[in-house]
Amino acid sequence: MSTQWVDYQEGELAIEGEWTLAHYSQLKAAIASLPAQAGQVHEVNLENLRAIDTAGAALLVELLGAERVGDVHAWAPSLSAERQALLARVAQAMSMSLAPKPVSESWWHAMLAMLGQQVEALWHQQLQLMGFTGLVVATFARILWHPRRWRITAIVAHIQQSGFNAVPIVALLTFMVGAVVAFLGATVLRNFGATIYTIDLVAFSFLREFGVLLAAILLAGRTASAFTAQLGSMKANEEIDALRTQGLDPIELLVLPRVMAMLITLPLLTFVGMLSGLAGGAMVASLSLDIALSQFIGTLERDIAVTHFLLGLSKAPVFAFVIALIGCLEGFKVKGSAQSVGEHTTSSVVQSIFMVILLDALAALFFMEMGW
Amino acid sequence: MSDRQTKHKTADQEPVISVRGLVNRFGDNVVHDNLNLDVLPGEILGIVGGSGSGKSVLLRSIVGLKRPDEGRVEVFGQALDSLDSQQRSQMERRFGVLFQRGALFSSLNLQENIALPLIEHARLSRSDAEYLARVKLSLVGLPASAALQSPESLSGGMVKRAALARALALDPDVLFLDEPTAGLDPISAAAFDELLVTLRDALRFSVFLVTHDLDTLYSSCDRVAVISQKRVLAAGTLDEIAATQDDWVQAYFHGPRGRAAQQAASTHHLQE
Ligand SMILES: Nc1ncnc2c1ncn2[C@@H]1O[C@H](COP(=O)(O)OP(=O)(O)O)[C@@H](O)[C@H]1O
Ligand SMILES: [Mg+2]
Repeated sequence: MSTQWVDYQEGELAIEGEWTLAHYSQLKAAIASLPAQAGQVHEVNLENLRAIDTAGAALLVELLGAERVGDVHAWAPSLSAERQALLARVAQAMSMSLAPKPVSESWWHAMLAMLGQQVEALWHQQLQLMGFTGLVVATFARILWHPRRWRITAIVAHIQQSGFNAVPIVALLTFMVGAVVAFLGATVLRNFGATIYTIDLVAFSFLREFGVLLAAILLAGRTASAFTAQLGSMKANEEIDALRTQGLDPIELLVLPRVMAMLITLPLLTFVGMLSGLAGGAMVASLSLDIALSQFIGTLERDIAVTHFLLGLSKAPVFAFVIALIGCLEGFKVKGSAQSVGEHTTSSVVQSIFMVILLDALAALFFMEMGW
Repeated sequence: MSDRQTKHKTADQEPVISVRGLVNRFGDNVVHDNLNLDVLPGEILGIVGGSGSGKSVLLRSIVGLKRPDEGRVEVFGQALDSLDSQQRSQMERRFGVLFQRGALFSSLNLQENIALPLIEHARLSRSDAEYLARVKLSLVGLPASAALQSPESLSGGMVKRAALARALALDPDVLFLDEPTAGLDPISAAAFDELLVTLRDALRFSVFLVTHDLDTLYSSCDRVAVISQKRVLAAGTLDEIAATQDDWVQAYFHGPRGRAAQQAASTHHLQE
């Protein structure tokens, strides 16, 4: 049996040519084509071995066994000292067990396990969120009487990032939705000759629901993700641990300023959203429904009670609190890798949008039952 | 050690890497000013210099991660930025780089980290590549159980070793190591030095070794280059460097640690 790489005669095996990574698959094929007892052959000849690297050495060890290659200096003294050292080193490395523990399960077992894990994870997540809420509220109560620890600078910085910088996008988005709602209302109400009620439709929907809901969803996408990524990278870099070991409280330093900033920001943005939603409606009303701006405002003043505005606004702090808490909590859950930062950022956006819509639905039910 | 130096007396050979008139700036901060350096074939070149003296930036300029502001960097006689992307990728295959903080891919486990270049460049099948990856992990002294661990669950020293295994994956022609033994215990560091010399002797690659570890300098480097005052202050054998009249060099090699490492190296040498 003879190939470019090995030459096998009865009782003698000659290793030839370049045993390097570049020829790995050919070498493997050549070894596989040898008869099974070739590895135990009496005489091995390395004289025509032109080049060898760690990959080739690994194959040779596989062929001849780690013990034999480890003693290479005894049976191939003519091989250069450097190659002997390499072969001995690779043989030594491969004489330890290389195979990691196999993990094999049947597929239904794995599927059941995954289902269980996910249900448990969901339950844990809710528990953690409640625990975290308690922790934040307790920390807040503790520093309430120490105005020196309120971190005004941090709060203002977060208000600028998450609130002020978001004004244009919130205003633009609600303006456009306001226009769309007015169009929809006009189309449906025209059949009843009641286009004038478009004003009520826009006002009700924006004061009670859309102003706060759109602002909250935008902030959930924009700010919850930012919070998670910021805290998550700090966690991955052990910065949070560094704070703790210095006796500083990460909740007080990192979470409270963010929560406070959101509590201030979201109601303000909600107000911006309501105004520009109404403006969008007013624009459509005056341009295509022949309802003058003065008439629009007059109807608003006469028909729409201030309770609607207050009901809508009352939801803003609740949403803000939930969004900020989820954003921060997911950040703390990050485990040391870029992958993990990504996963938790996604999770924080999904969770906070979900919670905002869920709470909004519950609030709508509650307000309806109360007849507000 | 001295016989190895004579064995690798390669001054008349073409350098593998040649850096000429290199200037690097970050804004107003000039890191390198007219820096010249050669790395010769088959040598282990130790790079020393104070923290922040620009060793990592030099490494990044050579492997093409930072474009020099002025000057020329040639690797195997070619400037990286003169190559098209295909040739450049071919060239980069011949590098193995161990970054200062490991830079293992955090979404892959250890054996996948090392198998990735084997699959992408050497076109091995996944199972072959992962098998070879485990051989390399064992070669750098990591236990088999580590193969399936993810990088974030490793200690700093284990990260360094896994990163070395990845740098060695393609059996490179030039190995760049940025402080490989920082964070290793002395025993592992000594094993690291020995492994490096064994592999270099057998595979004849060149090594660009940034290190603060005086033991590594004495036990494995053929030449040393000192980076100071924004350029290579001196380059040569350890004895030549140690004789250089410069306050920083004197303090470095003749301070208490320098003397201890030198003594250890010479007694070790006598025993051989
Ligand atoms: N990406 C960067 N931006 C700005 N300055 C940098 C950057 N990378 C390095 N520097 C500066 O270059 C200098 C050298 O850094 P470095 O090469 O990392 O030092 P060291 O020799 O310790 O490895 C330092 O002053 C550092 O501040
Ligand atoms: Mg550095």
